[in-house]
Amino acid sequence: MIQTDILIIGAGPVGLFTVFEAGLLKLRCHLIDALPQAGGQLTEIYPKKPIYDIPAFPSVLAGDLIDHLMEQAAPFKPGFTLGERAERIEKDDEDQFIVTTNRGTAHRAPVIAIAGGLGCFEPRKPPVPGLENFEDKGVEYIIKEPNFYKDKRVVISGGGDSALDWTIFLADGVASEVTLIHRRKEFRGHLDSVQKVMDLAAAGKVRLVTDSEVVEVHGEEHLSGLSYKHKTEGLVRLETDHWVPLFGLSPKLGPIADWNLNITKNAIEVDTFDYSTNVPGIYAIGDINTYPGKLKLILCGFHEGTLMVQSAFKRIYPEKNLVLKYTTVNGVNGF
Amino acid sequence: MDDLIKVTVIDRDGEAHLLDAPTDMGMNMMELCKSAELPVEGTCGGMAMCASCHMYIESEHDLPEMSGDEEDMLDEAFFVEDNSRLGCQIHLAQALDGLTVRLAPVGQ
Repeated sequence: MIQTDILIIGAGPVGLFTVFEAGLLKLRCHLIDALPQAGGQLTEIYPKKPIYDIPAFPSVLAGDLIDHLMEQAAPFKPGFTLGERAERIEKDDEDQFIVTTNRGTAHRAPVIAIAGGLGCFEPRKPPVPGLENFEDKGVEYIIKEPNFYKDKRVVISGGGDSALDWTIFLADGVASEVTLIHRRKEFRGHLDSVQKVMDLAAAGKVRLVTDSEVVEVHGEEHLSGLSYKHKTEGLVRLETDHWVPLFGLSPKLGPIADWNLNITKNAIEVDTFDYSTNVPGIYAIGDINTYPGKLKLILCGFHEGTLMVQSAFKRIYPEKNLVLKYTTVNGVNGF
Repeated sequence: MDDLIKVTVIDRDGEAHLLDAPTDMGMNMMELCKSAELPVEGTCGGMAMCASCHMYIESEHDLPEMSGDEEDMLDEAFFVEDNSRLGCQIHLAQALDGLTVRLAPVGQ
């Protein structure tokens, strides 16, 4: 069991800055994030995009902002549970929350701060009828263990780097047969990956199907085949053991929706006094919360996290008085 | 007013919404739909990075050509047709007066 003072759900910019502000009050933080790296959408969606409205940074790349926030939080030694989704929440008899992830990692803390941004990033699922019947029975949205596909027939869909990279990898003596199906003729991945796939197709090691989309899945218990629709040639049926649709990630509120929090339009309602939710001890900060006048801006999230840790401190140490200390006077004293 | 154009947005229930669209505020179709409280997510905020503002152009307007980013992003969208565009990449301008768009279905 991982014990901490403030369990932050979401390791995006607001969660990371909250580590710093909590650290100034000598509160320890641990972060959970469904993505395998810290930074949230800044590292996942737009690491190379400049942001212009961070005070005192006329321009900063999203990825660099996260690097700076990690450096700023480092003295306070935050813990991370990455690549796992916060799933269940319970309370124990000492008034502490227990949050368990989808992989069973348990965390215990008196205060929860949900800094979940847009929600958990989950694979985009193509709108093919009956697809859910074959999830983990031949349809996988993420390749976790490449050897799982050893000597199997695999169809990959998508036009981006992950589709290209896995096609190349699985065609190299792993799968018995690899087919790549893509909506267009052009691929948007790295040029050398595109070239490699073209070469593999020319050498007969990959079956390349363009201008096509998978529209049907077939099988009894397990996937046994699929049909794709070609722009001009119509429906084509293909036997396969696996179909891996790789269409990127999109955010979903996810299990937090079932935590008995008041939610309006996919956002958690909070009191702007301290960003507390309707559940005492659970706060929500950053893009995931809503209140009259809410603006989804990183800088507003920083403010919210800063105020929220004050309230968290009083909840954890009701008998102690809190005095605002300036970093210019006291410096930053880490753990 | 000179700076206003008329745009029709057909929502996912087939209902047409005639909107007054300002051309002097640097707005795009995704933002216009959001400001009219139509069900457009605009998750990425308008960077052509999420395809949640996918819409079909139903009128004969000459739109600016798609950027590589937009074309790439539509690869990850579903229900893509020849008249598919990302609303966030369509900037409101006088030439779009009378534009009609239909919101694309949302996936799971």
